[in-house]
Amino acid sequence: MSGGQRLSTGGLIDRSQTLRFRFDGRDYTGHPGDTLASALLAGGVRVFGRSFKYHRTRGLLAAGVEEPSALVGAGEGGRFEPNTRATDLFLYDGLVAESQNRWPSLALDLGAVNQLIAPFIPAGFYYKTFLGPPSLWKLYEHVIRAAAGLGRPPHLPDPDRYERRAAFCDVLVVGAGPAGLSAALAAARSGARVALVDLDSQLGGSLLGDPAQIDGQPSKDWIAGVEAELRGLAVRILTRTTAIGYYDHDMVHLAERVTEPGALPGPDGIAQRMWRMRAGRVILAQGAIERPLPFEDNDRPGVMLSGAVRTYLERFGVAAGQRIVLATSSDDAYRTAIRLCDAGVRVEALLDGRPADGIDPALLRRARDRCPVETGVAPVRAVGPARGVTGLETRAAGGNVTYMADVVAVSGGLTPSVHLHMQAGGSLDWDEGQGIFTPKDPRQGQVSVGACAGRFRLAEALADAWRAGLVAAEATGHRPVADAPPRSEIWPFADQASAFVPAPGVNPKKVFVDPQNDVTLGDLDLAWREGYRSVEHMKRYTTLGMATDQGKTSNLMGLARLAQNEGRPAPQVGLTTFRPPFTPTTLGLWAGEDAGFHVTPLRRTPLYDLHAALDPPWQAVGYWRRPRAYLRSGETLATAALREARMVRTTVGITDVSTLGKFEVSGPDAAALLERVCATSVSKLAVGRGRYTFMLREDGLVNDDGTVWRLGEDRFLLTSSTGGADRMAGLISYVRNVLYPDLRVGAANVQEHYAAIAVAGPRARAVIAAVVEGMVPPRHMSLDRGVVAGVPVLVIAASYSGERAFEVYAPSHQAAAVWTALSDAAQAQDGGLYGLEALEILRVEKGHVETGGEIDGRTSAHDLRLEKMLNPRGGYMGQLAQQRRAFADPDRLQFVGLESLGGPIPEGSMLVERPGFAVQGHVTAAGLRVLEEGFIGLALLKGGRARLGDELLAWSPTRTASARVRVCEPHFHDPAGERYRD
Amino acid sequence: MMLIPCPHCGPRAHAEFTFDRPVEAITRPDETPDALVRNLFSRENPRGPSRELWRHTYGCRSWITLTRDTATHAITDVRPVGVGA
Repeated sequence: MSGGQRLSTGGLIDRSQTLRFRFDGRDYTGHPGDTLASALLAGGVRVFGRSFKYHRTRGLLAAGVEEPSALVGAGEGGRFEPNTRATDLFLYDGLVAESQNRWPSLALDLGAVNQLIAPFIPAGFYYKTFLGPPSLWKLYEHVIRAAAGLGRPPHLPDPDRYERRAAFCDVLVVGAGPAGLSAALAAARSGARVALVDLDSQLGGSLLGDPAQIDGQPSKDWIAGVEAELRGLAVRILTRTTAIGYYDHDMVHLAERVTEPGALPGPDGIAQRMWRMRAGRVILAQGAIERPLPFEDNDRPGVMLSGAVRTYLERFGVAAGQRIVLATSSDDAYRTAIRLCDAGVRVEALLDGRPADGIDPALLRRARDRCPVETGVAPVRAVGPARGVTGLETRAAGGNVTYMADVVAVSGGLTPSVHLHMQAGGSLDWDEGQGIFTPKDPRQGQVSVGACAGRFRLAEALADAWRAGLVAAEATGHRPVADAPPRSEIWPFADQASAFVPAPGVNPKKVFVDPQNDVTLGDLDLAWREGYRSVEHMKRYTTLGMATDQGKTSNLMGLARLAQNEGRPAPQVGLTTFRPPFTPTTLGLWAGEDAGFHVTPLRRTPLYDLHAALDPPWQAVGYWRRPRAYLRSGETLATAALREARMVRTTVGITDVSTLGKFEVSGPDAAALLERVCATSVSKLAVGRGRYTFMLREDGLVNDDGTVWRLGEDRFLLTSSTGGADRMAGLISYVRNVLYPDLRVGAANVQEHYAAIAVAGPRARAVIAAVVEGMVPPRHMSLDRGVVAGVPVLVIAASYSGERAFEVYAPSHQAAAVWTALSDAAQAQDGGLYGLEALEILRVEKGHVETGGEIDGRTSAHDLRLEKMLNPRGGYMGQLAQQRRAFADPDRLQFVGLESLGGPIPEGSMLVERPGFAVQGHVTAAGLRVLEEGFIGLALLKGGRARLGDELLAWSPTRTASARVRVCEPHFHDPAGERYRD
Repeated sequence: MMLIPCPHCGPRAHAEFTFDRPVEAITRPDETPDALVRNLFSRENPRGPSRELWRHTYGCRSWITLTRDTATHAITDVRPVGVGA
């Protein structure tokens, strides 16, 4: 008989209720208050999973979030959560969980064959495969890919909600153990607004697994009293909430498990909540994590941390085993031994690695009253098969002795949890004797108290934390109370010695340091011999501490081994970075509400609903959505687009161009501002006239283009491209407010104030004349005002399509009536609607450059054939930057047209002499002649402006398409602009 | 996430602001190409105080300058753009 069992009494569980759950297909029961780990342990389960690399059997090491081995998948369907810790999952009725890394079953695992080839997969195995010939990697790859990965992802969408909340407090207390409770009480009594968070399901921290007397009462009652008082003082208490990251300016991220992994959420459907807590002061009371001891096969199921064995006993009423042997280098294990004996669990022996004269005689006496205690005894090897230990072999002065046991409880001392302190930019002190780093020099508003500050004695922790609570309250503007701190019984024994060095003769290749990633002392030694002397390199090469537990139980052992090999003290070897999150989080926590439709905002033009009623295929343009074409029955996107383009060339079409950037600039210096923003002349523009314009970046390259219109002497309308609108808004504000704050001018972004409707085609003029009351349609590049369907409109005559065209600007909320009137009038002229695809076909044939196409952030005004339009008087942004030498390079990519000598030109293809030859440019847009035969394109070509008539190959090996092309002027349609005249 | 004291709105979360550029990269159109390239692309990358131009984009939309320590993110001397040094 071996394994754990539930004792008849004791623990903080509710024995009046029974919860049923399944693990690996078998039914078990537990009680409210149990974790999955404690319930399985009570059910006699010893093997919880298999390890990542060698598939060795693994049991429970810990009772808390530091657990490296007992990882499970919990839940079903979309709620399935992989890699969650059995120790951090509170039992609920109907829980379904499964172990990981076993195939086909936990008992029989074919991957365990890796153990046999362990000598051939040493540290840095992956990297070494890269060094071999590539053909060999192809061989390894299949094996590695099949074996790689921890757990499996859920296959279905997560049906639950995740929420984000922002919160503020004067004093945030992280950890509700004795120190955290003491600090929170001091701060709250002093009047501070306090938030208290703990990752556990209830307050108490270490007291839950290690009860004590505080203020003359059992700690259970003391905790209940403090909790009631804190709630009365309006302290925000968040349980199942982990402070996962400490960021700048005292911003702490809190991950709240509203619902246990895999469980059905409550009526609000919320699974988890992310709090972004901005605190005035942060009191860190995270406690400490126990370390294992180094001996052979120390990863066998049944080897557990001493504190965990005590927690299972005291909190869950579970004896971890029938015969327990303890190995320790700290006083803490004595408490475990004494509690076990008092609960009637058989303790074979307590084996202390320290010499007898290093241990308090009073402590020894207390333990020896109950069980055999040996000092100066080091563990050598866990004895027993894969399914669990049967004993522990030790070495003492007299030789090797094996103790029979089904649980080996180990304690290599406590490691303060300095994670958040370090994330907040703190530094550390090293205590060589105890083998611990303790926090020093906080850089933000943090202070560490209790065990995470290296104060392991309860009385000290309570008093220190109380003072810290008062100081934090005072620092946030409150008067500290004069009350006395909580007092505890005196348990003066809290010494520990570092125990990083295994007994002489122990084979380091069999001593596991990081059980989750299967890293042994031998791996660390090998890495060191191969020259990995930096702790950061060693970590990455061996993967020590890179598993989901981030080395909570293993990093210090690894660091100590490196220090030992280097012959330098640990702090000089350096520490790896403590990165958030403190414990693994699900992706849903970070996504929050931003899932599905809410991933990106949807910007709707004022005419969106009218388009949507026609159910067009949409094109995402930034956050906007624009119709690609208005398909008739039987049409494909391509045939519809061509029909629409031909309609614009022969009769008239209308399209929604509301997404264009629009800015109104007014004031006495309006022209002066525009002549700094735009690279073209503006001040000479007559009132009522407009012109094409473009803007440069500070480095002289073209930024965006648009049109500029003089609405009045001191008033202009500037348009820019859809994609460049936000960038242009920032640029105008920058030029106005940062560079020239003295200009008497205001600039307003009116992009969404006005809908814009383009009317283009030979009959556009007739449409405008018919629809706009009392207006003679303005001539090309002029504007006028009028009324359509009772709505005041601004009509500007500008063309993108190459036809006589107008843009009608109407207030957004009244635009629908204008669209309908224009649409009806267009249909009366045998015209209709056209979409983005037709717009593109038309502009390619006309040879207009487009932001994002030819204006790609690398082309200059000269490259784009725009240099003649540059303002000769200068003074615009980017002017002098054009004198940089690279701008005169004859090999620059320049804007040209392409005529196909065969079929369609593949868009995005490269321009080459022949396949495989040097790339000379690329096709930016491909199209076809709208009314004639032939395929055309626009391109950027090296030295293109001097290469008219050259023949090249537009080659797209990825699409296995190509076309012979001839370089030509990029104007295929009406180069002289005769169609703009009436 | 930093807390930036906007001179107009008070302390606000970093997410409301956009970093624009270090103050030395505010170039004038009349700068020589060499100076321009130096200020835009070949700046110092100091460890320590850095004078920067930010905008309270998702707040009052005003431009501000501040001094941020690039090692600690400590923020000092926040002022509206164009005011003082």
